[in-house]
Amino acid sequence: MNRKTLAAAFPHTVPVLMGYLSIGIVFGWMMSAAGFVPLWSAAMSLTIYAGSGQYLGVDLLANASPLADVAFLTLIINFRHLVYGLSMLEKFRDIKGLRKLYMIFALTDETYALLSGVTPPEGVEAKDFYFTISLLDHIYWIAGSIIGAVAGALITINTEGIDFAMTALFIVIAVEQWQSNDRHFPVFLGAGATLASLLLLGPEGGRFLIPALVILVGGLLLARPRLDPPAAGLKGGEGA
Amino acid sequence: MTNLQIALSVAVMAVVTFLTRALPFLLFGRDKEPPKVILYLGRFLPPAVIAMLIVYCYRSVSFAAVGGWLPAFLAGALVLILHLWKRNDMLSIVGGTIFYMFLVQAVF
Repeated sequence: MNRKTLAAAFPHTVPVLMGYLSIGIVFGWMMSAAGFVPLWSAAMSLTIYAGSGQYLGVDLLANASPLADVAFLTLIINFRHLVYGLSMLEKFRDIKGLRKLYMIFALTDETYALLSGVTPPEGVEAKDFYFTISLLDHIYWIAGSIIGAVAGALITINTEGIDFAMTALFIVIAVEQWQSNDRHFPVFLGAGATLASLLLLGPEGGRFLIPALVILVGGLLLARPRLDPPAAGLKGGEGA
Repeated sequence: MTNLQIALSVAVMAVVTFLTRALPFLLFGRDKEPPKVILYLGRFLPPAVIAMLIVYCYRSVSFAAVGGWLPAFLAGALVLILHLWKRNDMLSIVGGTIFYMFLVQAVF
């Protein structure tokens, strides 16, 4: 990474800088409020690097959830990533080795959105440009988490209720998705299946999500002829 | 939780998250078109899963007392209104959370 690449990449990442610092601060603060030392917040942001996934992670850690539940919930919240990768196949084709592995690891919602929209300026190597954007975003996320975790550990105010930030984040994502999608049946299917499953099985351990997910996928497959007529083209990549 | 249990949970989250990002590259790396049904689920599953997770967030509300459910629903409504109004992630999340904290700490 050289100066020129950095100078070209940085301006594109400023919106993510603002977003990641603030969402990261809230994440770190929630972790400290749940009783985890700042090192854990930093470790999570370094190795997991997923906004909504880590918000859910706080909840999973705070409830001492079994590893199988952790794996399952992490999988369903991150399922959308499968689609990001698909539309990045072409863009990442010339990137090789460890750097490619890192770019795949670092493909968050925001980085995905940035990389989809930018083209490297004249005289800047494309793969260095994309890599720099990914790395900067990751640094912002780690920095925000550490700031929040340390602040949460030092400032002793009553933090009861701060875990609501996870709910708030999901509502925000839902609004964004609602407005970028013209078919809303999946939203009602998701909410309805989960609610029915919750009422039948109760909230313990989040296990009610498993039958809910089965109904969801089954329902979506059944609804496919209506939602996805063969003639209509598909555009992947929306979502949070 | 012991440090080992925390570390294991974090490792599981890291590995699973990475796999969801890496799978398309592993499966469809070279000139292979992904099946249409995967593209279809990739488009419509995310909004359904977010709806599912919102229900998950509300799983522990209790209707035994008004303080068991009203704060979460009022704060959720505020997030919705703020976000429809300003479309600013931070304002919606921090505003809704502070309002919720105020409700559970000072009102109910």
